Amino acid sequence: MNKLFVFLAVILLVQTSYAQNIEVCNTCPTSSLKDAIIQAKDFDTITVKKGTYKEYDIIIDKPLTIIGEDYPVIDGELKGEIITIISDNVTVDGLFIINVGTSYTEDYAAIRVRKSKNFVIQNLVLEKLFFGIYIEKSSYGKVYHNKIIGDAVEEYNSGNGIQLWYSNHIKIEHNYVEHVRDGIYLEFSDDCLIKNNVSAENLRYGLHFMFSNDDVYQDNTFENNGAGVAVMFSKKIKMLNNIFKENWGTASYGMLLKEINDAEIIGNTFEENTIAINIEGSNRIVYKNNNFVNNGWAIKVRGACYTNSFVENNFLYNSFDISYNSKINDNVFDRNYWSNYTGYDLDKDGVGDVPYRPVKLFSYIVNRTPETIILLRSMFIDIIDFSEKVSPVFTPDNLMDNNPSIKKITW
Amino acid sequence: MLKILKYSFYDLIRSRWSYVYFAFYLLLGIVLLFLNNDLSKAVITLMNVIIVLVPLIGTIFGVMYYYNSKEFTELLLAQPLKRSSIFLGQYLGVALSLSMSLILGLGIPFVFYGLFESSAIWDFSLLLITGTFLTLIFTALAFNIALSNENKIKGFGYAILLWLFLAVIYDGLFLMTLIMFEDYPLDKVSLVGTMLNPIDLSRTLILLKLDISALLGYTGAVFKEFFGTNFGLIVSFTMLIVWVILPVLRIVFKSKRKDF
Repeated sequence: MNKLFVFLAVILLVQTSYAQNIEVCNTCPTSSLKDAIIQAKDFDTITVKKGTYKEYDIIIDKPLTIIGEDYPVIDGELKGEIITIISDNVTVDGLFIINVGTSYTEDYAAIRVRKSKNFVIQNLVLEKLFFGIYIEKSSYGKVYHNKIIGDAVEEYNSGNGIQLWYSNHIKIEHNYVEHVRDGIYLEFSDDCLIKNNVSAENLRYGLHFMFSNDDVYQDNTFENNGAGVAVMFSKKIKMLNNIFKENWGTASYGMLLKEINDAEIIGNTFEENTIAINIEGSNRIVYKNNNFVNNGWAIKVRGACYTNSFVENNFLYNSFDISYNSKINDNVFDRNYWSNYTGYDLDKDGVGDVPYRPVKLFSYIVNRTPETIILLRSMFIDIIDFSEKVSPVFTPDNLMDNNPSIKKITW
Repeated sequence: MLKILKYSFYDLIRSRWSYVYFAFYLLLGIVLLFLNNDLSKAVITLMNVIIVLVPLIGTIFGVMYYYNSKEFTELLLAQPLKRSSIFLGQYLGVALSLSMSLILGLGIPFVFYGLFESSAIWDFSLLLITGTFLTLIFTALAFNIALSNENKIKGFGYAILLWLFLAVIYDGLFLMTLIMFEDYPLDKVSLVGTMLNPIDLSRTLILLKLDISALLGYTGAVFKEFFGTNFGLIVSFTMLIVWVILPVLRIVFKSKRKDF
């Protein structure tokens, strides 16, 4: 009997000295998260029970696991930043964080990770925020299943949902971001994976890359954002199987590429965007198996784009398939399906016998004088488009798809 | 006037051409819906057809009817009837029977397809209203041409030319002006340019309703602001009404002074 007691006592001691569990609730001895963090030792778990905790400037400076039960509310009362992580190996799970302070001099975030490794931020709900999850100079972290709902009205006084700054090897999956400035923003962040997120109704961009290389984003949905996705000054980015839709407005587009080299854009769907892809100064990009459906412009090439290849895409019912502003063409269009193709296939090999010219004269004119667009669908325009098709004068004469597919391409 | 209107109307309703015209629209509506399966898409295609075809048919038919019924008109002129009521009656007879063919021909297939449950009903009604306006305008213009030209061939020639001018050449000139003055702010000019041509006006009205406005970029914003508001809508419909009234007044004026 005595032995058993000793044994139990030893187990208890071991437990308390190793992974201690601290409970936080409104009636517990520790009633605030800050106190709990001060009490906790490295690798402890803090369980936050249901309730409202009015706290801000919570600094997590040791490797802890903080778990919320039934979504306890951490209310920052608009006073500033709420949680700052400055230690490696921190996990934050299941909190409901609201009322982040707004500042014009500092980027207050609901949760900030600074110079840490191996953090996990998951199952959070963030509301009434300035910046949501701000990750700076950190690496090997995971951001999973968070829901960020902002109430941004103006660009200049709102922040981003998830922001990465000089952070590498971060995985961002299954998050839902809406009504902030940029849904997800990456700056100087390499080798990140952005997967299965939904970014909608944001003021500026659904996803925004700046100077970030070797990143992958796939299976995301970008819907009804101010201007879709912007990828700028980045190299070797893979964009796979995303959905860009309803980015519709006078200055909207599905995807904006600026100074992008060696990227792969494969399997995406662009639906009902004013401009599906706007390309500027981007080279060696592979566009394959994308669907362009019901867009105003499917692809608008602004210039300085060389050696890109557009292969096996579907261009369906866009007002303009391709718009070009120069006569020089160094890009390849091959084996695409064009719903506007009027040629024939006599030998029945599934490839049209007449090459297709995707650039219409009218799109060239509109590029020069934007006001002329009000003549869209006028009979005169149809006539000049037809004559240009027969003998190209203004549009690049080598810009054509020599093997236009007769049937919609499936993959 | 009503009696003459009634007479012209029934005369035209019995004529083969009205049936052909009616049948054409009926067929067009059915084929479009059968192929498209999408009401709003069908409305866009219909718009392309309507803004070209309705003015053409209106002009040709108006000129043709005037020349064909010339002997009957002369007979009527011998009666104690007001000249304006004779010509207005004939004009309205032609215009109304053409509008009826248009509305019924397109309306029937769309109603059977379930227009009333669809959200495209407003776009579709706008399409029919502008179509009717175009018929009224171009028939009136045709009567003007016919009244001013005794020579049938000349009359037909002018009628075709008028249609060609408003449907095609005007847009060409418009485009050239825009390109030539591209260094200047052009949104006001383009707005006025559209307002002055009934075909362009109808096209823009329908396009903006179909939310292609976003394509128009900055110019579109100006246009949307104008046509999207009730004020713009009222102004454009007033413009269309003016386009009907002016030629009709000229019919009255011309017919009073004409020596038969």
